Amino acid sequence: MTAASTPPMIRMAGVDKFFGPLHVLRNVQLEVPKGQVVVVLGPSGSGKSTLCRTINRLEPIDSGVIEVDGQPLPAEGKELARLRADVGMVFQSFNLFAHKTIIENVMLAPVKVRKTPASEARKTAMELLERVGIANQAEKFPAQLSGGQQQRAAIARALAMKPKVMLFDEPTSALDPEMVQEVLDVMTGLAKDGMTMLVVTHEMGFARKAADRVIFMSDGEVVEDSTPEEFFSAPKSNRAKDFLGKILTH
Amino acid sequence: MGVLTRNIDLFVHHFANTLKLFAVSGIASLLLGIFLAMLRVSPVPVFRGAGTLYVTVVRNTPLTLVFVFFVFAYPYLEIIKFEFFTAAVVALSLYTSAFVCEVVRSGINTVPVGQAEASRALGLTFTQMLGSIVLPQALRSVVPPMVSTFIALLKNTTVAAGFSVREAGAIRDALSELGEDTLTGMLWVAAIFVLLVMPLTYLQRVLEKRWSVAR
Repeated sequence: MTAASTPPMIRMAGVDKFFGPLHVLRNVQLEVPKGQVVVVLGPSGSGKSTLCRTINRLEPIDSGVIEVDGQPLPAEGKELARLRADVGMVFQSFNLFAHKTIIENVMLAPVKVRKTPASEARKTAMELLERVGIANQAEKFPAQLSGGQQQRAAIARALAMKPKVMLFDEPTSALDPEMVQEVLDVMTGLAKDGMTMLVVTHEMGFARKAADRVIFMSDGEVVEDSTPEEFFSAPKSNRAKDFLGKILTH
Repeated sequence: MGVLTRNIDLFVHHFANTLKLFAVSGIASLLLGIFLAMLRVSPVPVFRGAGTLYVTVVRNTPLTLVFVFFVFAYPYLEIIKFEFFTAAVVALSLYTSAFVCEVVRSGINTVPVGQAEASRALGLTFTQMLGSIVLPQALRSVVPPMVSTFIALLKNTTVAAGFSVREAGAIRDALSELGEDTLTGMLWVAAIFVLLVMPLTYLQRVLEKRWSVAR
């Protein structure tokens, strides 16, 4: 396949965003081809979560272009809802629907948005819960699950929409240390299955093992864009060296 | 006891009307109140403005004046003719819905913003998000103030007596015409109201218990 016939899954060009006087994204250029796993690293406040959230327009941008699978992001409305249905998102705080059981959480969007018959949606939901290893928790409410189980349920909920691309916004940052691995395992499995993923994380192990590419952000800019080996062994910029120095020493 | 037993038909008839007023305007103000709350959290500025204007005007107007409008002024507009009972239902519903709206809106504010973000990220439309995710959780968190609003509505129905509706508030006048002891009659009316409110309090307790698990 040539580059012309397949547009990148995500394309950001000249993206700028401000929070009041704060310039959180500075002229961001990024193309993520289909099937690639991109890990976004950077110190807190560097704009990496904002970057992730602009891709399905949870944060609108002030200038520039964002395209998903060749489609520019439409304005808020039905068309944007359709596009979001194809973009899975996993949040730091899980955001499972508190008043619904785990299986209902996973079934909801396929039934409401895709108009899948409930019986079929339930079957798919159970398979997904099986895949993330929490089928036995299907009838419980989110508050009755551990953080790791909740995040795996949230991944299943996103996958139920059969998304073209998955966005992860610090998926393990709110987890107790012993639960981080079970979530990362699910994500590594997804990466192996060829899912296009953009992962904002602090998990260097995951970046080394599962990423095809590492983006390093600082002060709203993409400072480095390289392979994990390159980034971890020979970072080019001082900001990346400084960042790695701080996190890898202990 | 004599006042009550001698006039039991009168009490039953009047309180039946009270309950009718309460039931019909209760349902109407719940639906209208939820609709107004949806307007007030809408992303469309015109809708938000309309909701805010409604609540400001109606909630700040004394209930008696809302009745005066629908019983005396409204007929001059010659739109649709109301009976007194219907006029009372309309006045009570429009008035109470402004309070229901604010209760629902305070409930919406307790739902974490992540719930709405997750719904949007899954491709739900604004109405689907409100209907399936935000409102069900909002209503669960406002059971006590919502029940208080409905208790107030039940007692506010007595204002209709001043506008020719033969409900509990009109019992005093009816007894007075019959030459009965109106003070004792009023005490009975008060006692029956206390009894009528009790099921609402019970409902509140049941709902609070059932819905506390889910959050």
